[in-house]
Amino acid sequence: MSPSYFNEMFDGDQVRPPYARLEDWTRQMPAELRQMKQAEAEVLFRRIGITFAVYGEGGDPDRLIPFDMFPRVFTQPEWRRLEKGIKQRARALNAFLLDVYGKGEIVRAGRVPARLVYHNEAYERAVAGFTPPRGVYSHIVGIDLVRTGPDDFFVLEDNCRTPSGVSYMLENREIMMRMFPDLFGENRIEPVDGYPELLRRTLSSVAPAKCDRDPTVVILTPGHFNSAYYEHSFLADMMGVELVEGADLFVEGGFVWMRTTEGPKKVDVIYRRLDDAFLDPLCFRPDSMLGVPGLMDVYRSGGVSICSAPGAGVADDKAIYTYVPEMVRFYLGEEPILQNVPTWQCGKAGDLSYVLDNLGELVVKEVHGSGGYGMLVGPRASSDQIALFRQKISQDPENYIAQPTLALSTTPTFVEEGIAPRHVDLRPYCLVGDTIELVPGGLTRVALTEGSLVVNSSQGGGVKDTWVLAE
Amino acid sequence: MILTVNHVTHYRYDAPMRSAVQSLRLFPTRFAGQRVLDWKVEIPGGTRGGAFRDGAGDRVEGWSVRGPVTALAVSVTGTVETEDTAGMLRGHRETVPPMVYLRDTPATEPDMAIRDLAAGAVAGASDDLDRAHRLASAVRAAVAYRPGVTHAHTSAAEALELREGVCQDHAQVLIAAARSLDLPARYVSGYLYAAEDGTPHEAAHAWAEIHVPDLGWIGFDAANGCCPNELYVRLGSGYDAADAAPIRGIALGAGRESLDVTVALEATQQ
Repeated sequence: MSPSYFNEMFDGDQVRPPYARLEDWTRQMPAELRQMKQAEAEVLFRRIGITFAVYGEGGDPDRLIPFDMFPRVFTQPEWRRLEKGIKQRARALNAFLLDVYGKGEIVRAGRVPARLVYHNEAYERAVAGFTPPRGVYSHIVGIDLVRTGPDDFFVLEDNCRTPSGVSYMLENREIMMRMFPDLFGENRIEPVDGYPELLRRTLSSVAPAKCDRDPTVVILTPGHFNSAYYEHSFLADMMGVELVEGADLFVEGGFVWMRTTEGPKKVDVIYRRLDDAFLDPLCFRPDSMLGVPGLMDVYRSGGVSICSAPGAGVADDKAIYTYVPEMVRFYLGEEPILQNVPTWQCGKAGDLSYVLDNLGELVVKEVHGSGGYGMLVGPRASSDQIALFRQKISQDPENYIAQPTLALSTTPTFVEEGIAPRHVDLRPYCLVGDTIELVPGGLTRVALTEGSLVVNSSQGGGVKDTWVLAE
Repeated sequence: MILTVNHVTHYRYDAPMRSAVQSLRLFPTRFAGQRVLDWKVEIPGGTRGGAFRDGAGDRVEGWSVRGPVTALAVSVTGTVETEDTAGMLRGHRETVPPMVYLRDTPATEPDMAIRDLAAGAVAGASDDLDRAHRLASAVRAAVAYRPGVTHAHTSAAEALELREGVCQDHAQVLIAAARSLDLPARYVSGYLYAAEDGTPHEAAHAWAEIHVPDLGWIGFDAANGCCPNELYVRLGSGYDAADAAPIRGIALGAGRESLDVTVALEATQQ
């Protein structure tokens, strides 16, 4: 392993303080116990049925995502800085959305190119001029972070629509606590189990003005064939709200109603886990049977709230990403706490020639791609793959961005031979309603293959419990 | 001119439907060229839902009808005072930036023939207004008016290849051509009063608008070779015909739908 990677546990042969107790724990754990526990974890995950691909990357829905028992640990000061940065970014992204569907001041001021916003396929004309309750578009912001040094965190991408994976954050903790209760006695770890209640409060707080009672919240799922269905039903269960499909809802008289055994019940807030295009055949794709006909008319006349708000996707596009630090400065008058990864936009002539000359060192992504598909990792690519990307980029430069290959930090991970450093990233889930909330933790993804920098579950990635130590 | 509109859309189903939901954009646009004297949209037996004005300035109203539904009628009656604004959409309030209307849709995706038509038409043009006029003339020359050749889902490229079509096709070809030159363009639905000169057209009509800097949105009716004047009533707009449809609806159930539309416009003495 190259020494240039930041190891979150070891500074040379010194153990960094947050991991001190974990060192004892691993030293005292015999190999047989570890194997037994690992097998136990797998049984537990199978039993609860959490097998979906993280972040909707596709792949075999019945394949278990490997769980690594070695926790990833943050200190309180580290977390506080991250928390400030994440909340700042979530505020700026929402301010941007409210602006571009309103007056478009950031565009008029020349800080973000008009074309990037208005000629973006994620820009929804249907909601221009509409202000959602409390002006919030993205209620659950998943911000993917990587670390390259003790104080160096970079945002890899923003997810403003319906970021998935939070059920892993909760289940990973649950299973760790069940398997290693002593660990949680020895270490003072901030709890994450308040997330479902915080989510429910966040969703309730954005009920429409017409709602004059305790809001009825539902989760709208595309159905059990969806790869993240487990998470939809898990969250509904944890929040104590109904899990519904489009056919369970109908519109009448300017409101949305849910069919129940006791007759129709009015719905105030819909946490939807399906894309804009499928929400309402009368407004978006006319062939969609997954949504609710007439929903968008009710939404736009203030009869129901939809989370995330339709149109939120224009803020998390990879081409818009470059401008998020500018949004922080423009809307909040602050300097961004979290940095972006330097990004070259192949649509710009100067950037394009640099990218084509340096394909071997860069990571190239499709602007609208996700999940590690349609991606080139230059240093690990064959010359054929590089040639293919050179051709693809040249044909449609606007569709690609490139970034340097980041030296992702490593954390100790249980592997066949014992314990070895593996590269990780982090997705915390920031909740935006009448307040901005962040549970201390998130989902750590780990690249289980030695030397691999790709943490996507479709490419051999696993997950870890993520700890924030209390002071 | 004072125009009285009677527009009824009858849906019939050969088996009872569980329910029907509609989203209507059947309200005259508020702008300098027209003033509503009275206007009523009704679905007998239906329930009026949410109503609002969208970012493009169109008034939208949702309706629902409880099942069993075997027939339903959307009826529009009203009177509008119109004025010739030389096609300009003056005094219209909207928040959608014109650039949004550079987006192609499957129905307006330009093929080589449309690009060539556009490029050829504007060679030597002095400014965007001139370009827009030349494009409209070129589309009128390239696509002859002939009902029954094209259908609701005919794309701009297909219509140009056929060289025949109706107002929907003229509008979509013009939109595709304009966008291929980076001119924002959109589809407009409305009504056209049949003047006594016997020009052939339908009373339910459609045309295109092209955005010209400093002047704003300007209507071009390539089917009739003119800009909309006091004979036109503007209802709503969108990226293409499907997006701008005055009625978007769905009926749930196994029955097959048949449709019957009657539109009558009358001019009243000023």
